[in-house]
Amino acid sequence: MELIDQHTKHIMEGCKARARDAGLRFDDESLEYYVTNRDLLELTPKGMIPTLYDYWVHDVEVLREKGRYELYPTNPYETVINTRPAISFYNDNNPDWLNVMIFYHVLAHIDFFQNNTYFQHTWNYDFTGQALSDKRLITKLRSEHGHWVDYVIEFSRGIDNLVGYFGELSRLSPKSEVDRSERLDYYFDVFLQDVKKVKASEYLKQIQHYNACRNQAGERGEDVFFADIIRQYPEFEGMYLKHKSRKQSPAPVDLLQFLLPHSAFLNRDENRWMKTVIHVVRNTSLFFQPQIRTKIMNEGWASYWHETLFLRDDRIRGHEVDFARVNAGVTTMPRVGLNPYALGMRLFYFIEDMADRGRLSWDFQRLRDARRRRDFDRDSGNGRDVIFQVRENFSDFNFLQTFVDQDFVNVNKLFVVDRRLNPARMVWEYYVRSRRVEDYRQMLLEHLYHPPHVTVDTARTTEDRLCLVHHFEGKPLVREYIANTMLGIEYLWGGSVQLETSEVKGAPAQARAVNATAAGTDVEWERVRYTMKNRELTREIIDGK
Amino acid sequence: MKRHMRDLYDRLKQAGLSPERERLIQAELAFMGEHDLPAVRSAAAVDPAKALTETVRTFYGHHDPAVLQDLDRPTSNYSQNLKSLDELLERDKQREDDGFPRKIRVGKLIKPGKSGKDKVVIVPTTVEEKFMHDRIRPPEEGDSSGGTGEGEEGEVIGEQPVHEQGAGEGGAGQGEDGAHELESSAYDLGRILTQTFQLPNLKDKGKKRSLTRYTYELTDRHRGFGQILDKKATVKRVLQTNIVLGNVPDFNNIDPGRFLIAPDDEVYRILSKEKDWESQALVFFLRDYSGSMSGKPTELVVSQHVMIYSWLLFQYARQVETRFILHDTTAKEVPDFYTYYNLKVAGGTQVSAAYELVNEMVARENLARDYNIYVFHGTDGDDWDTEGKQAIPALQEMLRYSNRVGITVAAHGYGDNRKTEVERYLTASGLLKEKPELLRLDVMAEDADEPRLIEGIKRLIS
Repeated sequence: MELIDQHTKHIMEGCKARARDAGLRFDDESLEYYVTNRDLLELTPKGMIPTLYDYWVHDVEVLREKGRYELYPTNPYETVINTRPAISFYNDNNPDWLNVMIFYHVLAHIDFFQNNTYFQHTWNYDFTGQALSDKRLITKLRSEHGHWVDYVIEFSRGIDNLVGYFGELSRLSPKSEVDRSERLDYYFDVFLQDVKKVKASEYLKQIQHYNACRNQAGERGEDVFFADIIRQYPEFEGMYLKHKSRKQSPAPVDLLQFLLPHSAFLNRDENRWMKTVIHVVRNTSLFFQPQIRTKIMNEGWASYWHETLFLRDDRIRGHEVDFARVNAGVTTMPRVGLNPYALGMRLFYFIEDMADRGRLSWDFQRLRDARRRRDFDRDSGNGRDVIFQVRENFSDFNFLQTFVDQDFVNVNKLFVVDRRLNPARMVWEYYVRSRRVEDYRQMLLEHLYHPPHVTVDTARTTEDRLCLVHHFEGKPLVREYIANTMLGIEYLWGGSVQLETSEVKGAPAQARAVNATAAGTDVEWERVRYTMKNRELTREIIDGK
Repeated sequence: MKRHMRDLYDRLKQAGLSPERERLIQAELAFMGEHDLPAVRSAAAVDPAKALTETVRTFYGHHDPAVLQDLDRPTSNYSQNLKSLDELLERDKQREDDGFPRKIRVGKLIKPGKSGKDKVVIVPTTVEEKFMHDRIRPPEEGDSSGGTGEGEEGEVIGEQPVHEQGAGEGGAGQGEDGAHELESSAYDLGRILTQTFQLPNLKDKGKKRSLTRYTYELTDRHRGFGQILDKKATVKRVLQTNIVLGNVPDFNNIDPGRFLIAPDDEVYRILSKEKDWESQALVFFLRDYSGSMSGKPTELVVSQHVMIYSWLLFQYARQVETRFILHDTTAKEVPDFYTYYNLKVAGGTQVSAAYELVNEMVARENLARDYNIYVFHGTDGDDWDTEGKQAIPALQEMLRYSNRVGITVAAHGYGDNRKTEVERYLTASGLLKEKPELLRLDVMAEDADEPRLIEGIKRLIS
């Protein structure tokens, strides 16, 4: 790995200036490296982070045929990484014009990393630096504890897709608290309306009374008001406190977080070092979480900008055709398949256009008349601003959920494709299943990364039994992976582990529920409990609903 | 050949057939096909729909280096992987000692390659298990995906063959120099498998042949110089010399202080080249290539035999000789593993044909005298000779001289749990119980995976 040459760096700096003029915001510094195949071989298993800790699995070709992305959530494998400064990697024989295009693409990625709020937990530190110190730490631990370090890494990684990423985010951006009385809110919003169910006239009278108190006593008006209330409703204070305590339940913790203080095994003196390893694994996982949750937006945003900025760039005259060819390869919607670059880019263009014509408004949304919808144009011209806001506040899920509508599907001639077996000719037939937006959106959402929701059942967990609950979302867990994952948890917990999950009734031990769904009929689910005790897995049905 | 099958069928029919048996036999008779080597696929023949690999169908299969710069992750070649392989395997063994299941799967045969020039490549692989969602979709319905362009709802917009080259294909569809490729990578596969296996019941037999392999050992003694002083031998010599010189007047009271030590008396061990002698073995590979073997069973049998063959190649190098026999209702010997591996399935089934051919070859060439003989037979368990009237005697004959006969049955999932013919008559004959040292049977389901195959090999040769 070596830095790009001065000539190429100069091109990059030119791109930065132009991108800034167009409104992108990113740090001044960035690092660009040439990479060889050999470098890539080492970098890709580490999510392109050169300083990530060493782990033997990285040295082995990893099976990817099944559930590729569910399995490898932390395998973003991009040209640019979200560090300070941002680092990007290049082939050393790219022609200049191609580098211009890639630089714009990369700069848009950097802009996205540094402005999209889903990345905010990565803004205050440089991950390469962090990773380097983690790597040294793990090397040191290896020299002390040998291969046991690798087991701890392995077992923690086994549950690192369950990290409470959203919990982390909400901790970072607490609800905006206006300075107002919670007691007052409770009284008017809950107590009067839900508990006492007073009539509107009574409600208004109370408000008048409150206003009167405020006017008379000023700052202390509220106290005066509640002095009266308690006389009227002696039970109010007690109910308010109860309500308050219920609201302040402790923030939910993910499995890794739960293990740290509660596992008797990890808290033995000789095992304390394991907790640092778990921390490292958890932080690494958290770092990668937003990347996979914004794949479509991130690539769409980058494609939008490399196209927009490249065409404007005066330095690359004469390479329009070359560009068109490469760009088409990147951003063409495939006849069959999903391309995040193409889809995301089209959606950004679509949103910009909608906003430019004032269609992202209630006035347009409620129109049902096709012609009036077609002709609707308020010429509000704020499309750019809107897409900047979208890049700041959305993730893939709400991006698709909010903006993919029937117009978008029609304009881009999108459809859901499915395949069926033609047993007579022994071929898969690909056919158009639907052009309805509901189906299309559903299909998109189903393809999004979504790890299972597994939490600790604290009520049933005891000193030596850890109870996990998989919250059912219409999908079973991959069965053949359950044993080894639970084996790992058992090790870290130091006692038996139970997992409650849902499975298709009568499914064969390995295969998926082939028979049950063959006719497309509804499948029957049953609730099962797996128990891992002394490295032996047992399974029992607890509710065959 | 068709006529031969007809005759056999008529004879069987006269003897009486159950309706089900008849149905299976009819199916094989009706199976259109000849045993040829698969045609070499040309690049032009590749269906455009084939470009529809799994990766492009999801969002997360796309990434910048590949899309923008053609910098796809290079598939590491196996020699690079092998470099650290010993270490990895060592670690894997350690896992077992620590009470955790092994994690590295070896000998994964992946067949990448553009324009139909597929290749067998071996890489160690592993899975990082996590809780993750599974899909509940039958394989007949594909995963839905996105599409763009024209087309009415319900309209078929493209097709993709289920099997790349039709159902009768035996193996990996090698290119022209496939045999060579297979051999070289098989060698590496064998190296991996070697950790696990060893030929059973190996005896010293006949003329020994040496490998071109030598080992260096400190076995030779040399007086005057060498690598390590052999103290005991030196003392002996010194004593001898001094007895001759008369320095030892009283044997009950030896005084070494008076000894003279000549340089010649120092005896050393010296590094010497030793030829490595090994017993020789002959391995027969038998494959049922009848029509009923079409699809999965053939694939399983062939990949298991690839593994065994690879392992033999490595472990016993050229010391082990191999013979390849294919059979339907008749049996024939084929010259090399490539042909064995690739010939397509067709025709009916008569297991005894193959066994008899082996017996005949052994008798004719008097192989039993000089060789340890091993027989590996792969079949789907289907046999027109339902009760093994011919197969069992042939097998008994075979057991007289062989060191191990391993039979793999890759059972068809015909939907019922009944045992296959081969399984049934083997069990009925009692041979399995009688000579467990010599005869092994491994029955696997059609959907067996690779660890299962290796497990099977263990069962056959343990």
